[in-house]
Amino acid sequence: MATIAPPAPALDGLIEPDRVHGSLYTDPAIFAAEMERIFHATWVYVGHVSEVPEPGDYVRKTLGREPVIMTRDKQGQVHLLLNRCTHRGAQVCDRARGNSSALRCPYHGWTFSNAGKLLGYPFNAGYDGTGAKKDLGLGRVARVAEHRGFVFGSMAEDGPSLLEHLGGAAETIDRVCRLSPEGEVELTTGWLRHEVRANWKMLLENETDGYHPQFTHSSIFEVAESGIPALYGDKTEAVCRDLGGGHTENDLRPAFRALDRPLGWFGTTPERVPDYVSRMHDAYGEEADRLLVDGSSHVMIFPNLFIAEIQLFVLRPVQVDRTVMEVTALQLKGAPDMNRRLLQQAIGSVGPAGFLLADDGEMYERAQRGVAASDPEWMVLRRGLHRERLDDHGYTIANNTDELPQRAIWRRYRELMEADR
Amino acid sequence: MSAPVSLPMAGDETAPGRACAGAGPEDALLRDVERFVHREARLADTHAYDEWEALWTDDAVYWVPGEEDDPERGMSIVYDNRSRIATRIAQLKTGKRFAQTPESRLRRLVSNVELLGEDAGDVLVGASFMVGESRERGTTLWIGHVEYRLRETGDGWRMAGKTVVLIDRDQPLPTLGFLL
Repeated sequence: MATIAPPAPALDGLIEPDRVHGSLYTDPAIFAAEMERIFHATWVYVGHVSEVPEPGDYVRKTLGREPVIMTRDKQGQVHLLLNRCTHRGAQVCDRARGNSSALRCPYHGWTFSNAGKLLGYPFNAGYDGTGAKKDLGLGRVARVAEHRGFVFGSMAEDGPSLLEHLGGAAETIDRVCRLSPEGEVELTTGWLRHEVRANWKMLLENETDGYHPQFTHSSIFEVAESGIPALYGDKTEAVCRDLGGGHTENDLRPAFRALDRPLGWFGTTPERVPDYVSRMHDAYGEEADRLLVDGSSHVMIFPNLFIAEIQLFVLRPVQVDRTVMEVTALQLKGAPDMNRRLLQQAIGSVGPAGFLLADDGEMYERAQRGVAASDPEWMVLRRGLHRERLDDHGYTIANNTDELPQRAIWRRYRELMEADR
Repeated sequence: MSAPVSLPMAGDETAPGRACAGAGPEDALLRDVERFVHREARLADTHAYDEWEALWTDDAVYWVPGEEDDPERGMSIVYDNRSRIATRIAQLKTGKRFAQTPESRLRRLVSNVELLGEDAGDVLVGASFMVGESRERGTTLWIGHVEYRLRETGDGWRMAGKTVVLIDRDQPLPTLGFLL
């Protein structure tokens, strides 16, 4: 790209293994560098194949701050095109989603195929001999790849493959998919968009922060029965894990295995969703019992995809102190009786008025206002340093309320921000 | 563009204005539901949680749609049955619902109240609203259309349904901690 890459900011004095400087959340120059060095360098989650199931389907998305159109062409291939006419810059796609073989810019009528090729322009003799048609296809995300239907894009022409990028986090996506008797999730329930006046990293760090739920969310736990407080307490068997690459999870399975109740992770019982349970047994045989006990994943896939058991969030940085969370309910292919419950549970929990997320949103904004104070200058990420340990697969884990995930995120952040380019 | 475009001009309309309707039974009903709607607005604005909750019937549905039109198939901002309304109120009353601690300062205008019809004995009412919300985050203006399903009981009007359709329901919205 012909943009002038900002020089690597000097992060030397700002990120230490167990504390980070407050200016990382407030400095616009650092934010600009992040967009370039993180969102335009690594793999970023964009959308899911179930959002464009048929040839010709398209849906508007973002990659970091880039406006993207995710399309499926007539051969069935998924493309990530930039929503900007190659002529004079107008958005070529104004509807949120639809189906069309071509995208026509309303400004001067230039028309592009849903694979991004320039098909034609009105009064075409005016371009005789200019080569316009050959050179002026829509901009595209340099690399597109999917894992289990999750579509990621990378603005970098070269670099690690998606699977290399995901590393240990790929299995957390597989785990979610295995809760479907057909091995697939679908995103078909539309999106809530919740905007907070906070830096995007406040959200990134909070998604696998197992320390906050009993406090930030104390109001809902006081009035509604929930298994969550026990999972994020001092005595839980659940652990947090550094999956490498800045990906982190709260692995709740040890606690659910101790309880040994099928669907206990979702606060329900097999009797309430008999069709689902029987389809799971047909699909997975004896393994189904373990899958139903283990439940879903709670994983923050760096830098912008958060899977919270039954919801999927996309973190969208807008400016240094503004972030949008887009959130939808996960739906399990082939499980209609379960899906209704998943949707209603998600509606209660998330979005601007959610029983849980409204309070997270409030805390992000309070933290953003708080870090504007100059003393102390640092955020402390020391919790559980003394009890980090390796699991059977060689990943570092710690108690579920520890700040291992935040330390892991900042380590990856620093690597990317300081990489030679 | 320099060539003029032919557009209809003001004054072209030939339809006469509607004659002023006299005060009939429908006007009395309209006045009555307006009084209810204004009271509901005041209770929500002043965080009078118990009185507000008492306005609902047992089969109540409180719905604030997002971009999706079917709450059984798509995400909603709020889609509460009576039990979830009770949970929402109980959560607010803990004093630890941080999205609403401290409470937002609120004032709403409900206007353009119309009787939309009747369904199974309930009166359907439509209105437009604007809510100003002030908190440390800043001042937010919430604007939209509201539809009530009102039921006359021995104890006055009750809400069996309230649907609040924000004009920007498909756009990013700030945290919504108060009763819309």
